[in-house]
Amino acid sequence: MTAVTLLGRRTPASRGRRGLTFGDRRARFWVYGLLIAFLLGSAFPLYWSFLVASRDTSILTEHVPPLLPGGNFFANAARVFDTVPFWKALGNSVIVGGVVTLTTVFFSTLAGFAFAKLRFRGRDGLFLFVVATLAVPTQLGIIPLYIAMSDLGWTGTLWAAMVPNLVTAIGVFWMRQYTAQVVPYELIEAARVDGCSMIRVYWHVCLPAVRPAAAFLAMFTFMTSWNDFMWPLIVLNADNPTVQVALEKLQAGYYVDYSLVLAGTTLATIPILIILILLGRQIVAGIMHGAVKG
Amino acid sequence: MSETITKPVSPPASRDPAPRNRQKLSLRQKLSIADVRYSPYLFISPFFILFAITGLFPLLFTAYISLFDWELLDDTGKFIGLENYATLLGDDQFWNALVNTVSIFLLSSVPQVIIAVLLAALLNTNLRASTGWRVGVLVPYVASLVAVGIIFGNLFGVQYGLVNSVLETFGLDRINWQNDRLASHVAIAVMVNWRWTGYNTLIVLAAMQAIPRDLIEAAVVDGANAVRRFVSIVLPLLRPTLIFVIITSTIGGLQIFTEPRLFTELPGSSNGGAENQFQTVTLYMYQSGFQYQDLGYASAIAWALFLVIIVFALINFLLTRRIASSGEADR
Repeated sequence: MTAVTLLGRRTPASRGRRGLTFGDRRARFWVYGLLIAFLLGSAFPLYWSFLVASRDTSILTEHVPPLLPGGNFFANAARVFDTVPFWKALGNSVIVGGVVTLTTVFFSTLAGFAFAKLRFRGRDGLFLFVVATLAVPTQLGIIPLYIAMSDLGWTGTLWAAMVPNLVTAIGVFWMRQYTAQVVPYELIEAARVDGCSMIRVYWHVCLPAVRPAAAFLAMFTFMTSWNDFMWPLIVLNADNPTVQVALEKLQAGYYVDYSLVLAGTTLATIPILIILILLGRQIVAGIMHGAVKG
Repeated sequence: MSETITKPVSPPASRDPAPRNRQKLSLRQKLSIADVRYSPYLFISPFFILFAITGLFPLLFTAYISLFDWELLDDTGKFIGLENYATLLGDDQFWNALVNTVSIFLLSSVPQVIIAVLLAALLNTNLRASTGWRVGVLVPYVASLVAVGIIFGNLFGVQYGLVNSVLETFGLDRINWQNDRLASHVAIAVMVNWRWTGYNTLIVLAAMQAIPRDLIEAAVVDGANAVRRFVSIVLPLLRPTLIFVIITSTIGGLQIFTEPRLFTELPGSSNGGAENQFQTVTLYMYQSGFQYQDLGYASAIAWALFLVIIVFALINFLLTRRIASSGEADR
């Protein structure tokens, strides 16, 4: 509500590089104020978990909890590694995420190239099918998938965690939209004249041109894989978990030691937080770009 | 050879200049034509093969399994027709789970879309360090669902939770976030909103920036005030994006699993609270299949949920169209 009343007062023609611009100086103050409030609210739960992780559970019983971190974080983190096979879980998550990311990016850019730049019978119908699959709740197919994995003897192994996620419809869709924009036909034709086969055109012309979108897809896929929970919970066991499954095991028990558990969540969040800090600009651009085309 | 790229099998709009002569076809050229003709299929095949095996087939096979009495460790089940569905219709726990799911879904998606639109309007003003703010709203998105579940489980703790301490400081009563049905739904919805609002904000923001400025300027010339411009121009033009956001949040929201599973006083339990007060349909499906080991029944739950999702997606689609187009009619 507040936001709506804030919009305006000034003609949109004044200043502004992009789209709509609103607000005079007083409105501006409110805009920044609201945004700061929102960001503090956004960041607080993560900060809180670090706060508890850096002290001991007595912080939870204090009426006015201290708002600065204590010195116990590394001790609590060390206990995480003692309680559950956290190194192994980290390794597993990196392996699963890495493999899934590589295959998703490769298959998606390849299919995206074909859908965007090559002509073949049934292309539009097949692409429509890809778009339609975006709406299919594949999570509901986990029971046969589980039966298949256990028939193959893959339950408990990383294969089971990886195989259902090797390529995604959203990846294909996204790469198609991007490729259609950035790869000029002239370049493809030039490469063909020079005698490139289609796969080499893909490799030498398409792939370099779509690198920014592919990088975004890679980050997005890795984050999704890293945070995936239900499927790994079903097919993996406590001895060979991913990070998220290990976290859940950390919490299981009648008495929950929150300094320990929240040290675990902090450890599990840090890698993704680092990715966001380093590559935030690209991630934001990626989400927004995909949205406009979607 | 260039014409082979742009005008092979199907004719449409060739960007290619005048077609060139092709009199003699060497083996090399034939190979090249085959390459052009069949490579596209080769390139898209990994997606279709993998999707068929790991997405489509399991979903269809779920329908098949739902007709069987099939235990977790069985190699094959016993055919019982529609009995699982008959049981399901009379299963109070299922209906309870369905009500919980819809309740949590509404509590999470409605505020989320509204806040996302308003926040996007804020971000769409002329901000300093605009990228910084955008990265900022995305921070909750990096937290995994498991971390979110654990952290909010702690914040909403009955005895030592920060939320209750704050309520008490302001002289309000403690709320039993886990045991009270509505309160637990609110708490879970808060987790969902917290994690997803920023992400959806960016999607809405992108759509806002795509609105042509002359449209807005024309409205200003016509004397439309800010609210009017927002309601009559910006909102209708956001329609496709809002439909997209709402449909995806329907599909995701109705399958909610991780947050309610971790939001429990009894970690590792899939009950969704002592009286199933926040057990969702997916959680019940997991419990039936992998804890009660009844895969047939769990499959019936999965298909029932699938139908519910389709119905909701359609309702949402129609509603969004209606709302947005009535705004358009005003203009």
